[in-house]
Amino acid sequence: MPAIEILGLEKIYNVGFWRKRTRRALHPLHLSVEEGEIFGFLGPNGAGKTTTLKILMGLVFPTSGTARILDLGLDDPRMKAQIGFLPEQPYFYDYLTARELLKYYGQLSGVDAKYLSRRVDDVLDQVGLANSANVQLRKFSKGMLQRAGIAQAILHDPKVVFLDEPMSGLDPMGRREVRNLIEKLKAAGKTVFFSTHILSDAEALCDRVAILHMGELRGVGAVAELTAGVHGKVEIVWHGTNVPSVVRSITAEIHSAAGITRAVLPEESQDAVLEGLRREGFHLISLTPVRTSLEDYFVAQLGSATKEEAVSIRG
Amino acid sequence: MTRSQKLTAVASLILIVSMASAVVLVRTLDRSRPQARLQEVLYVSSPKLLKRLSLGYEGLLADIYWTRVVQYFGGIHAHGGGQYKLLWPLLNITTQLDPHLMPAYEFGSTFLCAKPPNGAGMPDEAIELVRHGIRNNPSDWHLYYDLAFIYYDQKDYRDSAEAFLHGSQLPDAHPFLKIMAGQMAEHGGDLATARMMWSATLQNSHDSMIRANAAAHLRAIQADADVIVLEQLAEQYRQRKGHFPENFSELISAGMLRGEPLDPMGHPYRLEPGGKVVVSDPDYLPFLDTGLPEGYVPRHVPRLPPAK
Amino acid sequence: MNSRILHIATNTFREAVRDRVLYNLIAFALLMSIAAVLVGQISIHIERLVVINLGLTAVSLFGLVIAILIGIGLVSKEMDKRTLYTVLSRPVRRWEFIAGKFFGLTGTLIVNTFFMAIGVFAALAYVSHHFVRSDAWVLAALYFIVLQFVLITALALFFSSFSTPIFSAVFAFWLFVIGNFAGDLRNFAAMTHGVTRALATAAAYIVPNFSDLNVISQVAHGEAVPIRLIILNTAYVTVYALAVLSGAVVIFERRNLK
Repeated sequence: MPAIEILGLEKIYNVGFWRKRTRRALHPLHLSVEEGEIFGFLGPNGAGKTTTLKILMGLVFPTSGTARILDLGLDDPRMKAQIGFLPEQPYFYDYLTARELLKYYGQLSGVDAKYLSRRVDDVLDQVGLANSANVQLRKFSKGMLQRAGIAQAILHDPKVVFLDEPMSGLDPMGRREVRNLIEKLKAAGKTVFFSTHILSDAEALCDRVAILHMGELRGVGAVAELTAGVHGKVEIVWHGTNVPSVVRSITAEIHSAAGITRAVLPEESQDAVLEGLRREGFHLISLTPVRTSLEDYFVAQLGSATKEEAVSIRG
Repeated sequence: MTRSQKLTAVASLILIVSMASAVVLVRTLDRSRPQARLQEVLYVSSPKLLKRLSLGYEGLLADIYWTRVVQYFGGIHAHGGGQYKLLWPLLNITTQLDPHLMPAYEFGSTFLCAKPPNGAGMPDEAIELVRHGIRNNPSDWHLYYDLAFIYYDQKDYRDSAEAFLHGSQLPDAHPFLKIMAGQMAEHGGDLATARMMWSATLQNSHDSMIRANAAAHLRAIQADADVIVLEQLAEQYRQRKGHFPENFSELISAGMLRGEPLDPMGHPYRLEPGGKVVVSDPDYLPFLDTGLPEGYVPRHVPRLPPAK
Repeated sequence: MNSRILHIATNTFREAVRDRVLYNLIAFALLMSIAAVLVGQISIHIERLVVINLGLTAVSLFGLVIAILIGIGLVSKEMDKRTLYTVLSRPVRRWEFIAGKFFGLTGTLIVNTFFMAIGVFAALAYVSHHFVRSDAWVLAALYFIVLQFVLITALALFFSSFSTPIFSAVFAFWLFVIGNFAGDLRNFAAMTHGVTRALATAAAYIVPNFSDLNVISQVAHGEAVPIRLIILNTAYVTVYALAVLSGAVVIFERRNLK
């Protein structure tokens, strides 16, 4: 049974003063996430990632389509008791302390009063807020708020955790910690669904990703699958600032600095270039394969999409 | 000084000067619009509308208007009395807002009736006020007492007696009402009746102005009685000696008086030709009926000693 | 289910207290103290009347202001600040949220009124030096004032579920004003005909009936409050508040949060 099943969720907003014009935030979306996966939901800002999450959380109602989480409906309280949600740039009741906030949320989530105190302390420890437990949230920095947000998302030990831009506002140390946390969640058997526009995070963590652009799904699959189809590149570095003719004819990605030059070339031309360098007497420093990044795939997808749209507009 | 400190100093200076100017301007405005201040005493001229507008807080509003009545009356009285033009509208509003505010009826019956400069001189309105009180407080005997007083003051002894009778039939009525009903019916115009009425007021009222007023009436009654007695003595002297006495010393020598007669305010009486007796300082004895010098017109009400 | 409403209510109370709403009690205490001391100069013989009139009017007005100021933000503030996201993603039904907020603010006002009642009775003891049996009816007047708060809170909460704070404040205030004329409105409706009558009658009954909740002047004169009135008012306020809150729930259930 998939942890999350999205069946044709669609959202159209009526905008304008008289609510006559429409804005399509989400085309009918079909997606499914298995239990125990770390699933990345990628896309540029405004792609519809947050809209999807809000629909799943019951904060916004879809124009059509349904979804099931843990095989339960979106308005089923039994489902809500088993999910955790970290919204983007979260706001909390700033007159409460971190401990009070978590206690309140724990009560609302139905955590047993006997265990609540201990659980709250545990979670505060896990996200590194143990020292600020009795500080009012209005005094928290952005990074601390983000940690508090993660804390409240995992407080009641949910089976599925939804995170909207979990790394936002965190310094590199913080981001490392969040990544560790997500990995720990997976190790504990939880499903993690997180949206982000930072591809390197997704690449490092996710089992599978989906790419959303302008409300439409542009690709789903394991990272390795998505990047496999594109040909690899290699990076060649040599002494000197001259460029052999063979290199210049293949690629324009050439950079010179501090007495060395590096060029990025298609994998297939590797042998021809090495031969050219040796022939013209260049001193080779290194030859390194450059893995196609998710970013390339991403940009390629989005690039083609915009080109398609450009064509269709022109008719 | 740094720029920031200079700015703070300048801003503070402007603040002080502006506030001072504002105060001066307000005082100038007050002086140039004295009429406006009088009228704003009333705020809203329709009592029924005001009651609606008070959104259920009419009790407090009535109390506020009542304090204005007291201040308004006291203020004018302290300056020698006047016409008290706003007394009726204020009392009307007060009793419309709270028909159970008993002190207002007592105050109104006394001071709406009394003629200027002691009161507003509006007996019809006084009757309307008290009748409004009776309609809303049908079992309170004090209001019938107030009504009887107004009729008495207007020398309508028959209606006064009837009011006393009505009031005496209420439960818990003071036995005094029954007595006065009889007294008023038989001897309405007598000084004895007047003395009874005003003594009752002096003893029973809690309001200091009303009591001072009653005391002043009693002094006038005493003076009236004195004048009658003194004129009788003068007449007796004329019968004995064939002519009216020139002054009181002659009466004293004749053994008819023990000493110089003084009015209740301590001023000597004057014997006029023809055996008439008058008071020398009528200003200090408002409410006099007899004993007023020829052509006397009351000008103002001087400060009288408080009631004991 | 009930515990969630209780938790939301408790949190709403906590928010109000940390917002320093209870500091209004200091201003109230000051007012009552000054009044108790000065009232003897206004007129002896009616100190009790003035203290009760002033005290109860102040309790009513202070509470009204608090009910409106906090009530208008009960839902809209949470929507604007997005604090609702993490609440509604939990097993909290939307109607439970509305109910919790309502009980939280009502509870705050009851606590506030309780302390104010102590102040009123203290001032009364000071000016009249002893209590009479009829002073007990002051409690009935206080109860009616609390019922007024219940109505205003429900209305402010209703408007808060779909309107901005400023409009909510204006609507709630005007409904309070018109509600005090509700009796007149009903009389007026009875005198008209046709379409006007239909409209006026509808308005007269839709508007909250504040006019029967005003017993301050009565109680200040020591008059009793009829038990029948107490029962009828309680029933009316319960039913009316229920209607208004149901309206709030209906609106809130279908709102897309931004």
